[in-house]
Parts: sequence; structure tokens; C-alpha cells
Amino acid sequence: MATQVIARTPAHARIGAAPGSRKKDPGRVLRLYVPLALYLAFTLIPFYWMIVFALRPAGSTTPIPWPITFEHFDTVWNDIGYAVFFKNSVIVGVLALFSTTVIALMGGYALARFRFRGRTAFMVALLCTQFIPGAMMLIPLFTIFKGLGLINSLWSLVVADTVFNLPLSIILMSGFVAAVPFQVEEAAMVDGCTRMRAFFAVVLPQLRPGLIAVGSFAFIHTWNNFLFALMFISRQDNFTIPVGLSYTIGEYSADFGALAAGGVVAAIPVVCVFAVIQRYLVHGISAGAVKG
Amino acid sequence: MALASTPTARGRPRALRWAPYMLISPTVLLIAVFLVYPIGSVLYYSLRNHNLTKPWANGFAGLDNFREMLFHDPLFWSSLGFTVKWVVVETGLQLVLGLALALIVNESFIGRGLARSMVFSPWAVSGVLTTGIWILLYNPTTGIVRYLGAPEAAVLGNPDTVFGALVVTELWRGVPFFAILLLAGLQGIPGELYEAAAVDGAGRTRRFRHVTLPHLRDAIVLATLLRSVWEFNNVDLIYTLTGGGPAQITTTLPLYVAQRAIDSKDFGYGSALTTAGFVILLFCSLLYLRLSRFGADHKG
Repeated sequence: MATQVIARTPAHARIGAAPGSRKKDPGRVLRLYVPLALYLAFTLIPFYWMIVFALRPAGSTTPIPWPITFEHFDTVWNDIGYAVFFKNSVIVGVLALFSTTVIALMGGYALARFRFRGRTAFMVALLCTQFIPGAMMLIPLFTIFKGLGLINSLWSLVVADTVFNLPLSIILMSGFVAAVPFQVEEAAMVDGCTRMRAFFAVVLPQLRPGLIAVGSFAFIHTWNNFLFALMFISRQDNFTIPVGLSYTIGEYSADFGALAAGGVVAAIPVVCVFAVIQRYLVHGISAGAVKG
Repeated sequence: MALASTPTARGRPRALRWAPYMLISPTVLLIAVFLVYPIGSVLYYSLRNHNLTKPWANGFAGLDNFREMLFHDPLFWSSLGFTVKWVVVETGLQLVLGLALALIVNESFIGRGLARSMVFSPWAVSGVLTTGIWILLYNPTTGIVRYLGAPEAAVLGNPDTVFGALVVTELWRGVPFFAILLLAGLQGIPGELYEAAAVDGAGRTRRFRHVTLPHLRDAIVLATLLRSVWEFNNVDLIYTLTGGGPAQITTTLPLYVAQRAIDSKDFGYGSALTTAGFVILLFCSLLYLRLSRFGADHKG
């Protein structure tokens, strides 16, 4: 539990605690900068390669995309239908984000603030769901959604993605709620607030980092989910980005410009979201999941 | 425990006693309908012939599906073998590289925030997108492998190189997961411990072995377990990058299930394969947790 306290202090305040840092030290270059540079190259060159293919004219082989062309983006967005896939992915992603965050907030609050009969069983059940493979649930989930008449509907993806996002989101969220001192809430209740009002007035504002972490986590997972969309959706106007991209990989395998441009369209939202929330994610995990 | 100061259900007004159950009810309902019930139905279907393309042959099959799987389906055994190889190699390499990366970005240097964002970013990328990117890199005529002196042959079509190509591709996306989890663990280690160890004359290596590793132990166990399960179930990347080929040598068990479910709509046999996968996964996970004595107090 001490971890939670530590995790709340900003990283840069603590990092200097490790001895030897910031000292002039030739070993540091070998130990730190060389491997970091190598790893950065390994991470970034693939991204760069995709961008090069997306921006240079078909047939060109220069490693620098000049002159720049947007013809590939025009092809994927207007001709292949990425405009529609993108819209579908945004709809599913945003709906799953909201449903996951709200339900996880309720569950996380219950876990952090109440001790009730069945609490441990609930926790264990949440952890156990992590062993359930999504790929192996394809068959029964297909049958269920068929019974509900949701095959070929984006709602099937919202529901399935929410279910698979929930367990980890609740555990993360309960870590964030537990980090808000209960006394704050109690003080508000002493002042005459109901518990619900105290929650909305006092606790919720302090949960902002948690809401951001859990929400973006849910959005990224939903945006990226491929198998459910592949299995449940067969009408092209309901395709999401990963399914569209997989068809581009299959059918346009000779048109690398289109493939790369499709990849850039798929990457931009998640990479942007990720860049913003990366700090919250590390903190959230150290507060919640690892030392639950 | 942090919960010591929180109210208990007993002794509270009636409304509050029910509050936690109301709060968890949506989760319980969703998990029951979309996770627990499906598991039951997988077990049920595994005992039946159920093929969407051959509805006339549907019916009770007893243990036929399992008999077929164990004794007459070489692809079951080869896919299982490949799954084990895949999980062990991927998880092992990701752990080593992820730990190294976490240690590096835990140091303080100028531009650390930016460096973290960049090295972690593949975590946010989907399996399909990873395939899209690496297909460009692996392509024999336009890809980057050309510059590395690779022969003018398809890396992904060659049985000798396809495994290495798959492993590198998944490492690109998988290492950040370990790095994020382990960095979170590193940040939980009190700095005083390092200072005390340094005062006692412990060098860098000894500090790592005696302070860092013991503290990361639970995080490492949890991360390797979650990741192994995840790599076991990783279908997106292999499905789109190699399709299990060439000649089915990169087919994992879940990929085989997905192919049966999506391509041939053979739900009965696919459910039997699923059941086998569940049992194996559950058994291995429990064994691993047991052997690693997860959660026991090793820090004393």
C-alpha cells in the first residue's frame, strides 16, 4: 500500500533518488544512450517506412518522400472506403469508451470503498477473465449476437469490446479511487452532502487521471480489435478500420502506397491518444494493477 | 490494508448495504452473459456436430470431436507445438528486452518523456496495423530487408526465415508492454534502498540483483503470465501476416480455431479445439503461479 503513496508523487521528483544519475560518466553513454538509440531506431524506422510509402508517388524508390503526394490518401479515403471505416471505428470506439468508463467507475468505486460479501470472489472472477481468450470466444459470441439480431451491427462490437475491456479497467479504476483519501468524502458528507453528491462534487474531480487512463485504454483496445469485427461484421459499410486494413493487405498487396496510407489512417488516432496518456498509464498501473 | 478506514457494509443504513451490489451489478451481468455463458456453450458445442454450412448433419456427437482431434488431426498437434514455441520465445525475449528498456527509460536524461512516448508507442498499434507496416519492410523488392543484404526472396514465404520474421515483428509491438509494466514496478521501489545499498558498497550489478530484481518479482511474474496468455491468444498478427503459412507451419492453436470458425464455420469441432485450449491454458497458468509462488512475501 506504500506503493500507492509513492506512485502519486510525480516521477521526476523521485528519479534523482537513484545514485549516480546525472553524473559525468563515460560509461553512461555506453550503458544508456547507445542502447536507447538502437531501440529508438528499431521502433521508429518501421513507422518511418510506412510514412515514406504513404507519401511518395507509386513506383518511386527514394528513401525520402519527396516530392510529397497525397494520391494514396485520396485512394484509400474515397475509393476504398476508409472514410466509412474511420467513422465506424470512431462510433464504436467512443461508445465503448463511455460504457467501459462508467461501468468501471461503478465497479472500481465498489471495490475500493466497500467491503462486502463476495468482494474477494468478484476480484478473483475479474482476474480469471484475463485467461479467457477472445479468439476462442468467437463461436459462442457469434451465436449469442445472432440470437440478439446484432450480427452486422456495430452494437455487437460495442458490447463485446466493453465486456473484454471491463475487468482490467475496473482493477485500474479501483486503484485510482483508493488513492483518493476517504476523509475527503466523509468531510463532504458531514457537511450535509449525500454520499452520491459527495462523490460527484469531491471524488470525481480528483479521479481525472484515472478516467483519462481507463478511457483511453478502452478506446485504444476497441479501435484495434480485429477478430470480433471480422467475425461479426460482413457488410462492407459496417467495417471498422482493422478489418478494412486487413482487406487492403489482402487485395491491394501490390499497391504499397494504398496499404501504407491506410496504415497511417489507422495509426494516427491511437498514436496521438497514446502520446497524451502514456504518463497516466504507467502511474495507473503502479497504483492499481501490479500492487492491487 | 488501505481499506481499513473505509466503511463496512454492516452497521450502515440499509441503502448503503446494497450499494456495492448495485454498483457491480452491470459488470456481473455483462460477464455472466458474454463470458460465463459462452464458456458453458463451448463445452456444449464441443460434444456436438455443428457446422453452419452443413446444418443437416447437426446433432449430438459424444466425444467424436475430441477423438478426431487427438488421434486423427495432425494439425492439432503441430499447431499446439508451434504455440508453445511461440509463447516461450516471445515471452522470454520480451521480458529481457522489456526489462532493459524499462531500466533505460527509468534513468533521468534530457528528453526522457519524449523518448518514453516514442519507444512505448507500438503498444498502441493493432496487430493488423503491425502486419501492414512489416509487410512493407519485408517485401523483397521494396522493403528495407533489401538494404540489410537479405537475399531476393520472400522472407515470409520461406520456411527457414518465417519464424524469425514473425518473432521480430511481434517483439516490436510486444516489448513496450513489458517495459510499461516493469517501469511501473521500478517506480514503486523506494530510492532509499538504493542509497542504503550504495552506502554498503554494493556496485551497480549487485544493486540490480539484490534490490531491483526482488522488488520487481511479482510484477515480472504477473507480466510474464499475462503476456504468455496473450501471446497464446494472439491471432490478429499471425492471421494477417502469414495466415499460418507457409504450409501451416506458423499456425497456432487459436489461429486454427479462428480459421475453423471464420472460414469453414465448423462450430462443433472448433469448440472442441477451444475446450482443449482452455484446459491447457488454465493448467499451465495455475502451474506457473504455483511454481513462482506469486504473492508470497519474498522481500523479508
